[in-house]
Amino acid sequence: MSLRSPLSRARGLGSAKSGVHHFWVQRLTALALIPLTLWFVFSVARLAGGDYEATYLWVHYPPFAVTLVLFLVIAFWHAVLGVQTVIEDYVGHEGWKLSMLVAVKFGLAILGAACVFAVLKVALT
Amino acid sequence: MSTSKPVDKRPLSPFMIGPFYKPQLTSMLSITHRLTGLIVTLGSLFIAGWLISLAAGPYWYGLYAGHMLAWYGQVLLFLWSWCTLFHLCNGIRHLGWDVGFGLDIKTAYFTGYTVVIVSAVLTIAVWILAYAA
Repeated sequence: MSLRSPLSRARGLGSAKSGVHHFWVQRLTALALIPLTLWFVFSVARLAGGDYEATYLWVHYPPFAVTLVLFLVIAFWHAVLGVQTVIEDYVGHEGWKLSMLVAVKFGLAILGAACVFAVLKVALT
Repeated sequence: MSTSKPVDKRPLSPFMIGPFYKPQLTSMLSITHRLTGLIVTLGSLFIAGWLISLAAGPYWYGLYAGHMLAWYGQVLLFLWSWCTLFHLCNGIRHLGWDVGFGLDIKTAYFTGYTVVIVSAVLTIAVWILAYAA
């Protein structure tokens, strides 16, 4: 039984019943990012200095390449969910909200795909 | 939520940041969590630039690394590293709240100060490692 009025259903406003999924995936990706981010930040710090060979070999090493892809996919996913929450909270105008959500999701998807492809290219050549 | 205009202006609860509330550690860390989240997302451009230039070859990698190792690159990287580590530490605090840990005021302040200190220590550790390497 639905407690929503026919008018509110016709307007399509209110709960879309997907909030729990968003909440849950954001927490799950957050949990995975704790070890992955610490690994990434300290690894990059150790690679600092700009040596191409060392960085190339690091990304080329299969276990690191796999962990990097995991980190990138989960981090960009977490970022999409987080930025979405901020936009939905602070942008009131429907048109602006929708355009910004689409722009952020497309932009981060492109950036994430480019990063993963770059890792695979280095890992497989 | 209804889209129809309200009949009369009803009083609204004032926003937590502004002249109505005195700044508190808890509210400041809350807004900083969102702010650092946005900055870290913007900083993903650094990761993209790093990996894409690496895949493009030594010439492009050298060009990119040159900018990152210049003073302005180092300043941006320093800010970004702190934002990342703060968001990580405070994120753990949030995960604790999600399972019901530390919701009382005393613990919320204790974990809040812990996040500030631990994120600073981690940031310094990262940069010591970077300059020792």
